Amino acid sequence: MDPKEIETMIARGIPDAQVEVRDYTGGGDHFEALVVSPSFEGKGLIERHQLVYKALGDAMRVQVHALTLKTLTPAQHQNRR
Amino acid sequence: MAGIIEKIEAAVKENKIMIFMKGNRSFPQCGFSAATVAIFDEIGEPYATADVLSDPELRDAIKQYSNWPTIPQVYIDGKFVGGCDIIRELHESGELEPMVKAAVGASAQQ
Repeated sequence: MDPKEIETMIARGIPDAQVEVRDYTGGGDHFEALVVSPSFEGKGLIERHQLVYKALGDAMRVQVHALTLKTLTPAQHQNRR
Repeated sequence: MAGIIEKIEAAVKENKIMIFMKGNRSFPQCGFSAATVAIFDEIGEPYATADVLSDPELRDAIKQYSNWPTIPQVYIDGKFVGGCDIIRELHESGELEPMVKAAVGASAQQ
């Protein structure tokens, strides 16, 4: 799977999100994603990750072996820079 | 299916720290499971694990139980806390250890 496809799927599921996905083994099944979205505001980590998993749907169960997730609100993302 | 859900409920109730993982604490079969147990080893409180690789029914059921598609899964005091990324984040921010100590301490006083 191409990291760009994953970016597209996440962005479709969470329309206001900024998404960056990286294939960190080059094998097309281990990915790292940074998702920044105002819709994470007021949500705990479990709920945030569930939103991303939901956007990926079946791909998460079938094509993606591993996805390391970082979910931030825009304010949190700003503070990390 | 009903039987396995009861087994999961019993496991998370009986064990203050319960980790569903691939492999076991001595021989984790996945980097994410290994990273997760390493954090709990560092904290040093007792925890229990269940190997989903040796039980395909459990592997499917645990994903439905928590509406969470990945393994490992960590339960503290009966409550789903997260997978590897969340545990790592809670550990780095210093929130995990007090959660663990509170859960284990509360059971020690009973």
